[in-house]
Formats: sequence, C-alpha cells, structure tokens
Amino acid sequence: MENILTIVCFFPLLGVALIVVWPKGKEHDQSIKWIANLVALIGFFISLPLITEFNNVQYIDSETGMRFVFKADWIPTIGAQYSFGIDGISMLLILLTTLMGFIAILSSWTAVTERVREYYCYFLLLQVGMLGVFMALDFFLFYVFWEVMLVPMYFIIGVWGGPRKLYAAIKFFLYTLAGSVLLLLGILALYFYQYQQTGVWSFDVLSMRSLDIPVDLQWWIFVAFFVGFAIKVPMFPFHTWLPDAHVEAPTAGSVILAAVLLKMGTYGFVRFSLPILPEATMNLMPWLLFLSAIGIIYGGLVAMMQKDMKKLVAYSSVSHLGFCMLGVFVVTPVALEGGILQMINHGISTGALFLIVGVLYERRHTRMIQDYGGLSQNMPVYATVFLIMTMSSIGLPALNGFIGEFMILQGVFADPINRLWAVAGATGIILGAAYMLWLYQRVMFGSNDNPKNQLLPDLNLREIVTFVPLLILAFWIGLYPNTFLQYLHEPVNEIVEIVRPGEFEPVTEHSTSIGRSGE
Amino acid sequence: MDFLAGQDVLTYLKDNVVIIRPQLVLILWGLVILCVMPLLHRGRTIYAFMYAVIGLLVAGFDVWWGSQSGIAFNGMVVFDSFTRYFQLLFVVGCLISALLSYHYLEIENEHRGEYYALLLFSTAGMMFLAGAIELITILVGLELMAIPTYILVGFLRGKRRSNEGAMKYFLLGAFSTGMILYGMSLMYGIAGTTKLTEIGTALTVQALSPLLVLSVFLIIIGFCFKVAAAPFHMWVPDAYEGAPTAVTAFMSVGVKAAAFAIFFRICFVALGDVREIYVPILTLIAILTMTWGNLAAVTQTNLKRLFAYSSISHAGYVLMGLVAGSEYGIVAAAVYLFIYTFMNLGVWAVLILMRRGDIQGEDIESFKGMMACKPLLAILMLLFLLSLGGIPPLGGFIAKYFVFAAVIKEALTSSGSQAIYLVVLAIVGALNAVVALYYYLRIVVIMFFEDDFVPSKLAFSVGVFIVLCVSGLLTLLTGIYPQPFIELARTAAVPLL
Repeated sequence: MENILTIVCFFPLLGVALIVVWPKGKEHDQSIKWIANLVALIGFFISLPLITEFNNVQYIDSETGMRFVFKADWIPTIGAQYSFGIDGISMLLILLTTLMGFIAILSSWTAVTERVREYYCYFLLLQVGMLGVFMALDFFLFYVFWEVMLVPMYFIIGVWGGPRKLYAAIKFFLYTLAGSVLLLLGILALYFYQYQQTGVWSFDVLSMRSLDIPVDLQWWIFVAFFVGFAIKVPMFPFHTWLPDAHVEAPTAGSVILAAVLLKMGTYGFVRFSLPILPEATMNLMPWLLFLSAIGIIYGGLVAMMQKDMKKLVAYSSVSHLGFCMLGVFVVTPVALEGGILQMINHGISTGALFLIVGVLYERRHTRMIQDYGGLSQNMPVYATVFLIMTMSSIGLPALNGFIGEFMILQGVFADPINRLWAVAGATGIILGAAYMLWLYQRVMFGSNDNPKNQLLPDLNLREIVTFVPLLILAFWIGLYPNTFLQYLHEPVNEIVEIVRPGEFEPVTEHSTSIGRSGE
Repeated sequence: MDFLAGQDVLTYLKDNVVIIRPQLVLILWGLVILCVMPLLHRGRTIYAFMYAVIGLLVAGFDVWWGSQSGIAFNGMVVFDSFTRYFQLLFVVGCLISALLSYHYLEIENEHRGEYYALLLFSTAGMMFLAGAIELITILVGLELMAIPTYILVGFLRGKRRSNEGAMKYFLLGAFSTGMILYGMSLMYGIAGTTKLTEIGTALTVQALSPLLVLSVFLIIIGFCFKVAAAPFHMWVPDAYEGAPTAVTAFMSVGVKAAAFAIFFRICFVALGDVREIYVPILTLIAILTMTWGNLAAVTQTNLKRLFAYSSISHAGYVLMGLVAGSEYGIVAAAVYLFIYTFMNLGVWAVLILMRRGDIQGEDIESFKGMMACKPLLAILMLLFLLSLGGIPPLGGFIAKYFVFAAVIKEALTSSGSQAIYLVVLAIVGALNAVVALYYYLRIVVIMFFEDDFVPSKLAFSVGVFIVLCVSGLLTLLTGIYPQPFIELARTAAVPLL
C-alpha cells in the first residue's frame, strides 16, 4: 500500500509492454483493444483505494499532511528525489485521470482502425505522464512527467487526427514546450534560491513553500511559471493552440486533452504558483483576474460564432477554464475550492461533450452544425445524454456545473476588493447558456430533412457505457458535492492561509449554502 | 641535460612516458598500420580495422584502469581526472566511429587501411589536448588532431563535395590555428611563460593592456573556429556534408569535444582572472551560435547538413557552460559533451544505415514511412531526436538541464547588467530548444506520419548494430539514472578549479 501511487502511475506501462510483444498482424487488433481497455479499467480500479483509504491515519504523512508519501533518492548530486504524494486536490484529479483515460480508450474502439497497436501504446504512455504530474512532490520529477506527456499526445494528434493534423500537432507541441522551458528556468531559480538560503539541494515542493523569497525575485519566477502553466490551461492570450489541437485530434484525444491535460496547467497554479510565490500572486492578482475574465467572455463570444461543433466546445473550454482560473486567482477559500471542483466538472462535462460530438462524427464524418438538425427524433437516448451534458455545462442546478460556478461566484463576491469580477463570471454563464442551448437546438431540434441523418443509429451499448459514469458523476456532484468537497477543505485552507493569511474564515462544510450537509 | 633533474635518462623516461602511454599506444598502432598496409592485399583491410579496434581497446583500458597520474615532461602534460574523463570520451568516440566506418567504407568503395591509422593519430592528438597544460603542447595536439582530420574529410577522393569540404576545412582550420598561435605568442610575450598555471598567476598582477586584450581575443576566436561557434562556423556544413558520414560522426563528437576540453582548460586555468574581457563576447557568441545554427537547420532537407547545423547549435549550449564559469559550468559542459556524444553518434549511425547500394539516404525524404517498415529503428531514431531536443526522460534533457542550471545559478549570484545578460542567455537558450525541436520533429513527421518507404535492405552490419545498442542504451540511461555520469563529470571538473 505504501507504493500504491507508484503502482497506479506506472500500471499502464504493463499494458504497453504487453501490446508491444503481442503477435504482429492485423488479426490481432481485436485482442490489443481488449488489453488496452482492460488495463485502463484495472488502472481505474486500483486507483480507487486512494479515495477509500484517504483518511486512513496510517498513510498520512505527519509533517506535511500529504497522503501515501513515497520518497527515494534519484539524483542525489542535485537533490532530485523520486517523491510521490497526494493531497485532496491531486487525489480527485488522479481519479479523474484514471476514469477519463478508461473512457477515452473505450470510446476509440471503432474510431481507430489504423495502426491500432501504436495508438493504444501512446494512450497508455500518456496516462503514465499525466498521473505522474499529479503525484510528483519533487519539482524535477514533476517537470519530467510534464514534458514526457507531450510526446504521446503529439503522436495521437499527428497520426490519427483530422486534415490539418500535422499543423495542429506541431503547434501543440512547440507551444507547450516553449512554456515549459521557461517554467524550467523558473524552477531552477527557485532551486538555487533555496540552496542559497538553506544550503540544501532540494526540489521538494513543500519545503519551497516556507522560503522567504524577495518580491522581485518572486515576480520573475511567477512570470516564468505563469507562461508555462497559462499556455497549458490555456488562458487568454495563450489559448490559440487549443482550438487547433482539439479540432484536429481524434475524439479520444480531445476528451483527454479537455478533461485532464488542461487541468495540469490549473493544477500547476494551485500547487506551485500560489503557495510558493504568495506575494507575487497578490501583486499580480488584478492582472490575473483580468486575463481570466477576458478568457471567460472572449471564449464564450467566440464559441457562439462557431460553425464547427468541436470548435465550439473547444472555445467553451477556454471560457470554462477562465472560470476555474477566476476562482483560483481570487484566492478566497470558497472560490478556490469552487475553482478546483470546477476543474473536475469541466473534465466531466466537456469530456462528455467531446464524446458526444465524436459519436456524430463517427457516424456522419462531419462536425458542421448546419449538416444536422432534428436528430432527437431518431436518436432519443443520444438526445437525452446530450441534453444532460449541455445542462451540466451551462450550470443548471442539480448538475455539477452549477455547484462549481456558484462556489466561484460566491467566493469572488466574498472578497471585497475583487467583488466586481463576479460580474464577468456571471456574464460568462449567460453566454454559456446561449451558445450551448443554441447548439443543442440547431443539432437536435427542428425537422430532420437531411436523408443522411434520418437513418443515423442511436447510441450502442459500448457508447452508453462510456457515458454512464459521467452522467452518474454529473448528478452526484450536483446533488451531493460534499463527497468530493470534503477532500478539498484541508489543502484549500492551507493555500489560502499562505497567500492571504488571516483574511478569511477557513472553508468548512458549512461555508457555502450548497456544500451544507448535516443540517 | 638539466631537465633530468639528477635522474638518469631511463628513470626519467619511465616516470614521464607513463603519463602519455595511451596516446603512444595509438600512435604506435597507427604507425604499424601505415607500415603494414602496403604489404596487405586490398581486400584484407579488415585486419587494419581489427588491429585499430584492439589498439583503441588497449588505450581505453589504460586510461580507465591505468594508475598513472600527475604532471610529466617538466610541466607539459598532465594526467588528472579531467584528462581521464575526456580521453575516455575520445577513445569511445573513436571506437564507435571505427565501428561505423567498416561497412560504410566498403559501400563507398574507399576502404583502405590508412583510414584507421589517420583515425588513431587524430584521436591521439585529442588525447594530448585533453592533457595539455602548456601552450606548445596545446598547439602540437591541435595539429596532430586536425591534420589527419583534414585528410579524412577528403577521404572519398572521387567525390567533389568531399574534396570541397576538405579544402574548406583545411583552409579555415589552418587559419584558425594561425590565430591561436599568434594569440599564444603574444601571451608568451606578456606572461613570459608558456605554462598555463604560470600564465594564470602572471595575469593576476597584469594590468589590462591592449596587447593582452588582443591576445585573449585571438585565442578565443581561434577556438571558436575549432568548436564551430557562429559566426566562425562557415566551414561546418560543407565539411560535415562532404566528409564520409563516419568521419562526420567522428568530427561532430570527438574533434568538437577535444577543442572544448582544451578551451575550458585555457579559460579556467590561464585566463581565469581576465574573464571580464571575454565573457561578454562569449555570451554573444553563445547566443548567436544557438540561434544561427537552429534557424539555418530549419530549412535544410539534406540530413547531413541539418545535423551539421544542429551540432553548431549544440556547441552554443556548451558555450553556456563556459560563460557561466564556476564548477557548475564545467560539470554542465562535461555532462553535455558526454551525453551529446552518444545521442549524436546514434543519429549518425542511423544515417549510415540508410546509405546503401545506390541510395545516398541523406535526404529527409528517404526516411519516409520508416515506422511502417522498420519500427524498431524508427523508435530508436525518435529516441535520439527527442534526446537531442532535450525531452525528458532522455539524456539530452539532463544535459540541457545542467547548462541552464549553471547559467541561472550564476545569474542569481551576480548583479546588475551581468545578471541580465545571463538571464537573456538562459531565455534565448530555452526558446532555442523549441526551434530545435521543430526541425527534429520534421524528421519524426516524415518517419511516423507518412508511409511509402523505399523498400530496400538497410546497410546493417555488426558494427552499426553495436553502436546503435550502446548509444540507445546510454541515451536512455543518462536520462533515467544520470547519477553516476554526473559524479564522473564532477570529479573531472576538480582539476580546473
């Protein structure tokens, strides 16, 4: 059990090894699919103990409060350690990753017919990279995983993507890389500063929190981190790679990209930028909130104008992540918690929306909204799923999106200085309702007069299976978010206490009207 | 005979020769090959090859397990951990080049024994450079390294570009040696000695004079020619493209690393106190080298030229270590050169595989669809390319990490404009990694995203197979578990401090 994080992280490699040595030939594709799916499913199941054993005292590190901590020397000369450990934030993201990984792999069953072996290898490798990012407590190790995951994603977009896949793949790779190398410089500055102060060579993320860094150095490091993370999120104005990557990527690639990859950026801000560089965060807060607000409104407006469904969902991501970032950067307990919950929500609902678009694309090979209309008549199950996920994305009460958005707005409003930014957030919700409902109306309602669309089959069993966990989660978070929020209180309070000490009451089960449970 | 200092000639020789024993082995071996070759039938070149390999192994064993250390010949050469580190690197580099050469030269139909003799002489020259602590020895080492290389570049006598490359390389090489020599003679005039440590002491009390600046500049610029730093890199693309591919591999790792080794020793031991003269200009040169090399590589379609430019940009990264100075800088450069040797040799090995029958295999198009036909080779090539691009968990990342670390560390401890220069250098280096990845990915695209590979047997041979295995393994190992290599580089840095 002490090694559970290592096992969860590297388990997909087992699948890769099996697939690589599996007999060659087209006739074995079927068995390769089974292997990949089973490995991903088992990967999800073995990550479940993270939540069930989370509060088991045995696995709590008494000093840091991290769970399942595992440390070993890796490169002692420079102080890099193989150091894994999670708190509530990373635990939820890890579960999201293992779940979405399985769903994405399952959704590619019929979509991928070429070079099947490679495809599943890349997907499983990607899984390793993403899980490692959320588990690493050593900055060096974090960076390794952060970069490693670029390569499989590059191939997934570049080989199995749409017509402009090469352009999109290379843009994705280089754009993200440019951010990450600057991030590396920031990490190095932090690392050497820590050495100057303490005389210890260490990349330990948690010990860096207690450094007292002069504000101007903090500012430089923050900018370096910001470029790295903001490109990944992506925040306006670094979002331009996202629509290209999303549109060209195969469905499963888009799902993972939206559900997990983008969360690496937001996670980076929460885990590193805020607690390690609190003063720079406070100094730059107006700008950060400004960019988040622009992202919300700009993303929403651009989404409304799209003719391509996938592009629409991609821009809606920009808007929703602007929302997450608004919650994170305002650094009030409720908003931060809402922002983190909204990351999970966005993973669920946008992941599902990409699957929904993928279902249609697989049947008709077009994503243009104008090619569709009146589909609800012959695809009732599909229409229901689509509707629920649309509502979840808009933020209808009783579904997950509402909780996240409400908490963010409540939290932003609770901060007297930044109260007005809630207006931008609220505008974003209205825009969200506009483009999503309009999309739903144009695709699902009206008359189905295109003969090609009249015979489209409804969801099959496999497709339903991919949606069921997402539907359950959407309602679960919508109706009883406390199951998930309870894991966030502790890390969120800790971060807020570092950045804005003494300004706010810590968030508890009673802090927000919807987080309320036992009354 | 006062240099004997009271010893008799035999003891003197015994004590001193041991320091240069590995070099002597190579020279002796080379001479034997030269003498015996005319007696051998043309088809028996394999003996020369085997003999050269044995010589390299003997020299390698001597470097690694030999217990010699210390200064010899009245302060002309030294065998310390720095020497040892680099000599080992050169022997391995030369061994790998020899392994790559055998089958390749058969295909080019230029397989002759002298080739190996020249390879050995040149390697001996590099090893002298690694141990040289005196200006004259440095010069002799440089020439011993360079002259055989000129001939090797032009070894494909029948090919125009090979001759062209050799000519350009020779002219510019001779020119740069002249500059270094001129700088050295001025330095001798200023310091009154040719020994590096004594120059270092003399310069501590020396006021800045135009003569000193001129001397330092001449030496620095001469070495910038040798390590192929922009804007003194013009000979590189032509020489690298024209040379037999195996020689290109040899030059891009061995010759370059040797020039860097002595460049570092001179800068740290002799010119340590006049850093402010040359560090600004070296910063500029490093920035230019990285950027120029990368931008020029972007448009290349001939892979030999592409990797020639890529090797220029990598020289820029090593220069970052020199600019940073300090122990970290030396370790960074040593680690970089070590890792670079293997990932780069891997790439050249793949290129040599592609040279088969009538196919040159140098064009980027000839890698089309490699993944579909030769998946293992394609994945190996991917590994090398990503490593060159600095993607973890491969060796190239560790190499890049160290040069960036050296520069950032220096930037944090310095102040004012110097800190800003260093930060700019680090940022330019970081962004250059992105540009570099762009053209490495271009090759990946061709290999993985397109099919219609020209189905023809590749030029596989045992030698190439060994090289691919070794370099692939080391590229991975230096990335996943770099600890022992870093420790090795750290011990190597000690004598320069």
